[in-house]
Amino acid sequence: MNLLELLGYFNYWVFAIVLSVGLYTVIAKVNLVKKLIGLSIFQSAVFLMYITMDKVEGGTAPIIQKGVENQVFSNPLPQVLILTAIVVGVSTLALGLAIVVRISECYGTIEEDEILDAD
Amino acid sequence: MNADTAILVAISLPMVIALGIAVAGRFSDNLREAVTLFGAAGLAWVVWGMLPDLFAGHRPAVEVSQLMPGISIAFRVEPLGMLFAALASGLWIINSVYSIGYMRANKEKNQTRFYCCFALALAATMGVAFAGNLFTLFLFYEALTLSTYPLVSHKGDAATVRSARIYLGVLLCTSIGLFLPAIIWTYKVAGTGDFTVGGILAGHIGGADVGLLLGLFVFGVGKAAVMPVHRWLPAAMVAPTPVSALLHAVAVVKAGVFTITKIIVYVFGVDFLFAEPSSSWLVYAAAFTIIAASVVALRQQNLKRLLAYSTVAQLSYVVMAAAVLKPLAEVGAAVHMVAHAFGKITLFFAAGAIYTAARKTELGQLRGIGRRMPWTMGAFTVGALSMIGVPPTGGFVSKWYILAGAFEAGNLVAIFTIIASTALNAAYFLPIVYMAWFATEEAGSKAHGEAPPMVVLALTATALLTLGFFFFNGPVIELESQVVREVAQ
Amino acid sequence: MDLTIHLPVLQVIVPMLAAPFVLLLKPRGLAWAGATSVALLSFCIALSMAVTVAGGGHFSYDMGGWPAPYGIELSVGAFSALLLLIVTGAGALSLLAARPSVDQQIEQERQPLFYAAWLLVLAGLVGITVSADAFNIFVFMEISSLASYVLIAGGPDRRALPAVFKYLIMGTIGATFYLIGVGLVYMMTGTLNLADMEARIGGVTDINPILVAAGFITIGLALKAAVFPLHVWLPNAYTHAPHMVTVFLAACATKVAIYVLIRFDFFVFQANLPGHQLQFSLFLLPLALLGILVASSVAMFEGHLKRLLAVSSVAQIGYIMLGASFLTQAGLLASFAHMFNHALAKGGLFLAVACLAIHYRDLRLDQLAGAARSMPLTAAAFVVCGLSLIGIPGTAGFISKWLLIGAALERGFLGFVLVAIILVSSLMALVYIWRVVETLYFKPAVVEAQGPGEAPLQLLLVTWVVALANIGFGLFPQFPLALSSAAAELLLGHTL
Repeated sequence: MNLLELLGYFNYWVFAIVLSVGLYTVIAKVNLVKKLIGLSIFQSAVFLMYITMDKVEGGTAPIIQKGVENQVFSNPLPQVLILTAIVVGVSTLALGLAIVVRISECYGTIEEDEILDAD
Repeated sequence: MNADTAILVAISLPMVIALGIAVAGRFSDNLREAVTLFGAAGLAWVVWGMLPDLFAGHRPAVEVSQLMPGISIAFRVEPLGMLFAALASGLWIINSVYSIGYMRANKEKNQTRFYCCFALALAATMGVAFAGNLFTLFLFYEALTLSTYPLVSHKGDAATVRSARIYLGVLLCTSIGLFLPAIIWTYKVAGTGDFTVGGILAGHIGGADVGLLLGLFVFGVGKAAVMPVHRWLPAAMVAPTPVSALLHAVAVVKAGVFTITKIIVYVFGVDFLFAEPSSSWLVYAAAFTIIAASVVALRQQNLKRLLAYSTVAQLSYVVMAAAVLKPLAEVGAAVHMVAHAFGKITLFFAAGAIYTAARKTELGQLRGIGRRMPWTMGAFTVGALSMIGVPPTGGFVSKWYILAGAFEAGNLVAIFTIIASTALNAAYFLPIVYMAWFATEEAGSKAHGEAPPMVVLALTATALLTLGFFFFNGPVIELESQVVREVAQ
Repeated sequence: MDLTIHLPVLQVIVPMLAAPFVLLLKPRGLAWAGATSVALLSFCIALSMAVTVAGGGHFSYDMGGWPAPYGIELSVGAFSALLLLIVTGAGALSLLAARPSVDQQIEQERQPLFYAAWLLVLAGLVGITVSADAFNIFVFMEISSLASYVLIAGGPDRRALPAVFKYLIMGTIGATFYLIGVGLVYMMTGTLNLADMEARIGGVTDINPILVAAGFITIGLALKAAVFPLHVWLPNAYTHAPHMVTVFLAACATKVAIYVLIRFDFFVFQANLPGHQLQFSLFLLPLALLGILVASSVAMFEGHLKRLLAVSSVAQIGYIMLGASFLTQAGLLASFAHMFNHALAKGGLFLAVACLAIHYRDLRLDQLAGAARSMPLTAAAFVVCGLSLIGIPGTAGFISKWLLIGAALERGFLGFVLVAIILVSSLMALVYIWRVVETLYFKPAVVEAQGPGEAPLQLLLVTWVVALANIGFGLFPQFPLALSSAAAELLLGHTL
């Protein structure tokens, strides 16, 4: 595999790196808000993957115009999918933050180790 | 009532009785005990009503539910099961009389639960007796274990609960750990688990597998108390004496040996097993249990524990008789189930009567008790003689048949064991009898009379049955000979 | 108009659309009544579809009139019908019983929110089950997950919050893994319809991305399904959730994830990936066995009643996976039958726990000593369901154990080892259930019950209905077995 090919997968490299960064943050951080930030990064990586795969070389927005034959379109479906996934991601984040707020009310801390000690 | 529906009635009637007892117990004790007594009589009437059909050679059968292809809940009455059911249901009447006297005199708590579970145990016993296939048998076998657990743990204190845990633990571990795989194995290789004359395994399994499968069955059926899975039986002695008498001398333990006999006759097939050398270990295992349990019994100081170990030994008589694998011995196995039941229930009744009247449980305390409780000790003597096998008691009849079968098979181990154990039986029973009648009472012991009349009535009745069985055993032998004839055909 | 063809879509949209309306039912008790009637209606829909499917029928529904593979397809075969029965049955029965327990644990003004979230969980789980579209499954999975986080965190126990946070993190990671897998498959095939995927993977030349996708999807769903060792979120979440929520989720939530896992594997991958069957089997078998043994041992020494049962769920999931890993008719049949029977047994056990919790706030075992004396009917129901969990004959649990052992025996020498493990773990179940039984019946009471007598009739009645169902389906298991058997045939017929 030569350099060009490797560069051609640039987006996928970014996807892999961002995914790992996100997952690492979720696992390694003790602070619950930081964990949620990690989770969001982790999810964003997947959004990137979906958006990347819909790109067709030389494709334009998928709008059918009269009189234009043989148009090349980008695939609209992954974009639609990822819109939904973003909504899911936002709801998860919102719910997660709400839980963190409740935890902070009940325990007075959002550090995981201190919460474990409290019970 | 035709015999097919009679099967279902016999199994569901005790459940209805249990319900009736639970309801009646809320109103009055007398009503509750009336329900028990009439229920027991009703069950006996239904079960004994099936006898003429059996003598005529009919085999009533009914299927309740087909769970999976080839696996169903089905019942089929054959002579062995009929005998077992008739025995248990008949003795339930006497035992109920005894229970009422015993439980009242000892002011036991939770009597409604006691009678309720007793009835449920009888329902399970009927199910075991009439089961038409291994699956159904297993179903009721476990139901019997579970329904007797509250009876064993009746007292509820820490020591009782510990013993009850051993009881349940041993019985469930063996049945789930060994019996169940044996059953599933049988279904897999034979394609069926129906009890069939001549067996179902011939041609499907051979060599060492036969011995292995037999082992899974014999030790899986923990209720037969073949050593080393006998531990539950002495543990069960913490139960009130009526439970020990009917359940742990008749229903539960007989369910064990009955199951083994039935499996040998109707699943393996006597001839198939006889021809298979890998199955011969069973006689040795049974012989070992007989001798070892008798030796342990010699050393017991507690009367009920002694009786329990004696039961362990006597059960293995049945197993050994079945394992001799000769028709005459199979008859002996069935007859011994009856003879031992009469004798042992009498002994337990007597032990309970002594506890009720004198609060005595240890052998050393029984000196001279015969003069205070002549009826009780008279019955005890009859029971003890039957255990040893002295004529004119029922024990002699069954020993005769088992010995005859052993000679027919030329099985020296069996012959030797029977003779040796007779001596051992005499060695641990006769001293008690001697002490009770002829030794002088310890000075300063409390004066007491006979046990309550209902207790005495019950134990006299069973003692008479023990004696009567020596003279009137024709119908039982006739019935069980049908098994032999069926196989021969 | 014939409604029958619309049943699959009604199954999903009825609870989903009802949820916002339940929010509006402020007066006391109305929200419960509304949610319960909707859940019962869902159950009736599921039942009618199950009856049709058991008779050899099949439902397929094109959303919006767009035919598959372009539109979203809803399909109900034997396997999904079985799951629908479990999910809606658990949802309806637990809601029916829920009121006394929920009144005790959730403040009056938050109850409409609680019941609305409950319906959303139901809608999500049902949606996963009926959908034949990989992405749609993801969306429904997140709907049900988000709503169930809300339910679990809704109780008065503050320890539920860290537990649910952990669940949220792990659940989201699982769902995202699944999403990555689906994306990879889509990238190679250009379709999201499961049936279409299977057909098109055959034409894919570079199989590597599909392999990676299979890995992501399996791990992601195993996380959701709490397959050992990915189960760490489960015990705490179930332990500290409101009691009725535990009943509902323990009976069906993880099973739906297993359903997707099995379905994806059989419908999409097995026919196309060389050696995949072996990999699937070798992946699941050891995990299933480890899960059974480790979780059962942990349960034997667990001191908290709810956690004990929750940990036992991990072991029971092991049974389900074990049957599935055989990849045979008998194995799958055992696995599916156990899904149904375990839902009955564990649902009944947690219902009995909810009954106990009415009078006993602290559910640690030593605090529950002697509870059978004040609540004999509850304790008896616990015993019946416990026997079913152990697998005593005459109960539903025995049927699946019988089938599982039968299936294991087909595997030659390995089979004997498996049988031994199954039997040993049954005995372990006996130990941990009997510890509870002895505590309830024989130990002297440590704390007084906080109220006189039994649990409220409503709760007790449902508990006993489930307990009797355990016996009923133990003696007459024909219907669930017919569905399970048809489901197993469907899956196997698909691979060959």
